[in-house]
Amino acid sequence: MKPTFGQRLDTITRNSLPVLFTLVLVVVNVVPLHIPGFSRIVPVLPLMAIYHWAVYRPELMPPLAVFSIGVIHDILSGAPLGVNALVFLTIYGIVVFQQRFFTGRSFIIVWLGFGIMALAAAVESWILVSILSESIVEPRALAFQYILNVGFFPLLAWLFMRWQHFYLRSE
Amino acid sequence: MKDETRFTSRIAMPVRSMAHRFTYVGLIAAAFGLMMIGKVDAVLMERARTLVTDSVAPIMDTISRPVENASQFIRKVEALWGMYEDNESLRGDNARLIQWQAVARHLEAENIALRELLNFSPEPEAGFVSARVIADTGGAFAHSLLLSAGSRQHVSKGQAVITGAGLVGRIAGVGTRSSRILLITDLSSRIPVVVEPGRYRAILAGENTDRPRLIHMTPGATLSIGDLVVTSGHGGAFPVGIAVGVVSEINEKGALVSPFVERDRLEVVRVVDFGLDGILRAQPIEERPISAPAGSDQPEANATTGAGNEVAPESD
Repeated sequence: MKPTFGQRLDTITRNSLPVLFTLVLVVVNVVPLHIPGFSRIVPVLPLMAIYHWAVYRPELMPPLAVFSIGVIHDILSGAPLGVNALVFLTIYGIVVFQQRFFTGRSFIIVWLGFGIMALAAAVESWILVSILSESIVEPRALAFQYILNVGFFPLLAWLFMRWQHFYLRSE
Repeated sequence: MKDETRFTSRIAMPVRSMAHRFTYVGLIAAAFGLMMIGKVDAVLMERARTLVTDSVAPIMDTISRPVENASQFIRKVEALWGMYEDNESLRGDNARLIQWQAVARHLEAENIALRELLNFSPEPEAGFVSARVIADTGGAFAHSLLLSAGSRQHVSKGQAVITGAGLVGRIAGVGTRSSRILLITDLSSRIPVVVEPGRYRAILAGENTDRPRLIHMTPGATLSIGDLVVTSGHGGAFPVGIAVGVVSEINEKGALVSPFVERDRLEVVRVVDFGLDGILRAQPIEERPISAPAGSDQPEANATTGAGNEVAPESD
């Protein structure tokens, strides 16, 4: 049976929601929170979203979307253009390539995986920015940001999990 | 039906995955390309940046409002908590400031009298644009803020951004309704300053840390902790005498300055138009020989460092 126009529209909307929500996270990421010292170490929310969808539903997060999210993140955060685009793509690529490792694993393993990936992302962006600015960039803020990234991940992952369950049930 | 599945799994799937891989590699190359273009043509990239920030500015303006209200509420509750102590210290401050006021009035009168004697040409009147901070870049790399005012409100590139406390930074990019401030702590920020009370000239260079560093100090300058750092006005980018911070640490590599402005407290800032032409708008900077060794990677940084040439050779 062919799906009706309404059904197709519904599917398209639902399939594009992960990307749209990640874009929302990019904007939320730069809202000034007025907490002393926090703005420099604020966790990279879109990285978590990209990791999550790359692990569970990579087809809902195509590479082109990952690239665009990275570029917009660069633009809004004032980072050198292309840095986060490359970092997000790298993380996405590694996770999708290692898909078999992640399927059916417990949350702890996925979290651990994120710990490793976030570390890779931090090191990669540090190297890239250092090269682009032709100087060694102060790494301390980055280390704190990494800790926050790893600590913040379960909260966002839980949210995504709930969403995914709802999504799968209604499919 | 069965054949169809076999076809999909045998031929279509590998082709599809190959296409995916191709897109992936292409996008990686595109990211590298963006970085290269950004390095070569900073002006083009800045234009692309303002295009995006302009379109997202209204959304961010809306989101940042409730957050601002919440943080104001928290601050009010905090203030209630320490009201008694605050009152006591304010009373003390008040008594002290009244004395200072008398001194300032006296000095002002003396200044006016002396200016009249010398036929001193007064500095141009400054115009202000007040704007809200709508985004604080989350991240360890760039220190910049987005403002809710742009060229429509007559904000232009290179203008100084201040609060009551002192200098925040300068306008690095302008859209029609948003603009980006480069904070004085950013890696590419170079500001000509003067260190009081010896009036030593220096360049305040951001290092992506909380405290920028003084470079290209006047040789033989002696600094001490607590010395006031103000803008020198050299190069015409900034007006003279905006408070920046105090010297808070001196080591063998130079002096670190603690800025007066707390980045996380910024809600509304003032963009100042002092009517100065500014070296950033005058274009023939490229032709000038630039001997400043540090931070000459970006044209804007160049402009300010170039102005520092007249300041002093490097002391360390």
